[in-house]
Amino acid sequence: MDSSLEIKGTGDGLLAVLPAGEWPESVEALLHAIDLRADFFRGAQLTLQVGEAEARAGELGRLRDALASREVHLRAVRGEHPATQEAAANLGLLVQPRTPEPAVEAEAEASPHALEGEECLFVQRTLRSGHKVHFPGHVVVLGDVNPGAEIVAGGNVIVWGRLRGTVHAGASGQDTARVCALDLAPTQLRIGAHIAVSPDRRGKPRPETALIRDGQLVAEPWSIEGRR
Amino acid sequence: MTAMTATLTSGKGGVGKTTATANIGVALAAQGLRTVCLDADIGLRNLDVVMGLENRIVYDLVDVIEGRCKLRQALIKDKRLNDLYLLPAAQTRDKTAVSPQDMIRLVDELRAEFDWVLIDSPAGIERGFRNAIAPADMVLIVTNPEVSAVRDADRIIGLVEAEEKGPAKLIVNRMKPEMVRRGEMLGTDDILEVLAIELVGIVPEDETIVVASNQGSPAALDPRSRAGRAFRQIAQRLTGEQVPFDELEAKDGFFGRLSRLVKSGGEA
Repeated sequence: MDSSLEIKGTGDGLLAVLPAGEWPESVEALLHAIDLRADFFRGAQLTLQVGEAEARAGELGRLRDALASREVHLRAVRGEHPATQEAAANLGLLVQPRTPEPAVEAEAEASPHALEGEECLFVQRTLRSGHKVHFPGHVVVLGDVNPGAEIVAGGNVIVWGRLRGTVHAGASGQDTARVCALDLAPTQLRIGAHIAVSPDRRGKPRPETALIRDGQLVAEPWSIEGRR
Repeated sequence: MTAMTATLTSGKGGVGKTTATANIGVALAAQGLRTVCLDADIGLRNLDVVMGLENRIVYDLVDVIEGRCKLRQALIKDKRLNDLYLLPAAQTRDKTAVSPQDMIRLVDELRAEFDWVLIDSPAGIERGFRNAIAPADMVLIVTNPEVSAVRDADRIIGLVEAEEKGPAKLIVNRMKPEMVRRGEMLGTDDILEVLAIELVGIVPEDETIVVASNQGSPAALDPRSRAGRAFRQIAQRLTGEQVPFDELEAKDGFFGRLSRLVKSGGEA
């Protein structure tokens, strides 16, 4: 039954690769495997690789609770399905789009329509305090990013709404990354290795882009002429 | 009948969840709706104290869940209102004595006999909170006009959404219109700008609440209490009535405004 369930040790704890198939059965197989070796799993940090399965927030939440009752901490979810990624983000879990280690395999898995270096996580909701989104590509939020929420992106961060939380763009060191928001007032803003805090509110909110210019993290108002 | 189950929660402690639960319970029961208030704060119960029913407790929620008594035996009938009941929390156990599944089963049993089940959630985001929201049809977030309370409320709203119990509704408790007008306190608009959920009530800061809680006689029973009036309005809104929000500023009337004018004149 659980022949295709794989559990491997990684640098970040354990990685469970769920077998393809129906979600309840996959979960059943995982919990069964954990129950068989309860001592081994107790206290483990688990990353769940779900492949293309679509897991809703309720299902993931129940699995997290079931794991927690076995003292296994679900820390991250790897899955290709956008609904799964969103559900994991909603639960405050780390979101990893796909297996990062074997680069060749990852490339092969990538959708033929994706442009290289243009992987993007689309978050169609307001990120509230305590929500964390970690993503190696770009992050686009259609909604607000409230104080206490955190986005860490390898690429750019675009917020179609108010940005009040903490954002780190170009998190793996790219100073070319940008952060754009309709109302750019983050608690703290980082681009690459640069850190800035927002100045106190000055009048009406306006769309702005934050970027590194001459080694300084600056925010520039959006304008048609200013586009590059 | 099949009850509507509403859980009151906040994240931060001390914002008035228990007071709000007791008062909304009283207000619903006063409308003739059979209502049970369930204290999910196991280990730190105090809904019974605020409702003035502490001395009638024989069995509690954990006794019911662990099968030491029947649900009916643990329900305490209010001493003033025929349609109001309390299911008290255990004082000697902790939150791990109960699971979310236990709560769902328990509330399903209550649904058959009541119109409303109100659950008073413990502070925090751990097991007790999960227990409290597991059976909810509706989640009411209680917050105060303070940055820290609003931050916690925002976090809780996110968790409620993640559990697919949203969208939550908002109660702003302990509002001081005077301070808002002076720009020293967050106003309702500031709070709604961050939280962006439906507002079902604004409860003014009111000393009658302290007296009422200490006496175990919820302010919603007192026709002169301003906070009590706000809680009665919340109960009406929960049952689908359209009730306009009171203009809190107008509370001190002509003489209040006059005395402020005189005072500010004196300072000038």
